Amino acid sequence: MVTPEDIKGWIEQGISDCRVEINGDGQHFYAVIVSPEFAGQNRVQQHQLVYKVLGDRMKAEIHALSMQTMTPEEYAARDGAA
Amino acid sequence: MDAHEKIKSQLQENDVMLYMKGSAMFPQCGFSGKAVEILKACGAKFDTVDVLSNPDIREGIKQYSNWPTIPQLYIKGEFIGGSDIMMEMYQSGELQEKIQAL
Repeated sequence: MVTPEDIKGWIEQGISDCRVEINGDGQHFYAVIVSPEFAGQNRVQQHQLVYKVLGDRMKAEIHALSMQTMTPEEYAARDGAA
Repeated sequence: MDAHEKIKSQLQENDVMLYMKGSAMFPQCGFSGKAVEILKACGAKFDTVDVLSNPDIREGIKQYSNWPTIPQLYIKGEFIGGSDIMMEMYQSGELQEKIQAL
């Protein structure tokens, strides 16, 4: 059974300088993924990078992963607004 | 006609195309249902393809866009995203702009 910690580990290993906040109820996973590697990429490209890093490890469960990807600057700005 | 050609022609014929599980009337998955609601909230005129009744399209569309999940939204043949990205774009108003610009 894939756990949020598994997903966090796979993503953080595969994307440089990456921080992942993740929670999940076993059925559904919500991840906020922050990395400077996303700079200059649109959302689709950012998510594709995460899917590529996850590869086949989440074949069935990938469907249950919702994610928000952003650069450190966007994350900081979001915090200010939140 | 293989899946790739079917997809290309579907995208040429429809400005707003949603590949989903089920239909707009009867979505068969929460994410697909959310995508339909978002498009309705934007007042979009859209067409759908039920990947559950088209297994060749179900796999073909994932290769076509290099995106592993369903639903998938296309506007003017361009892959926009799945339900997460659609929701983000709806909340920022970006999706409404794209649709009204058609």
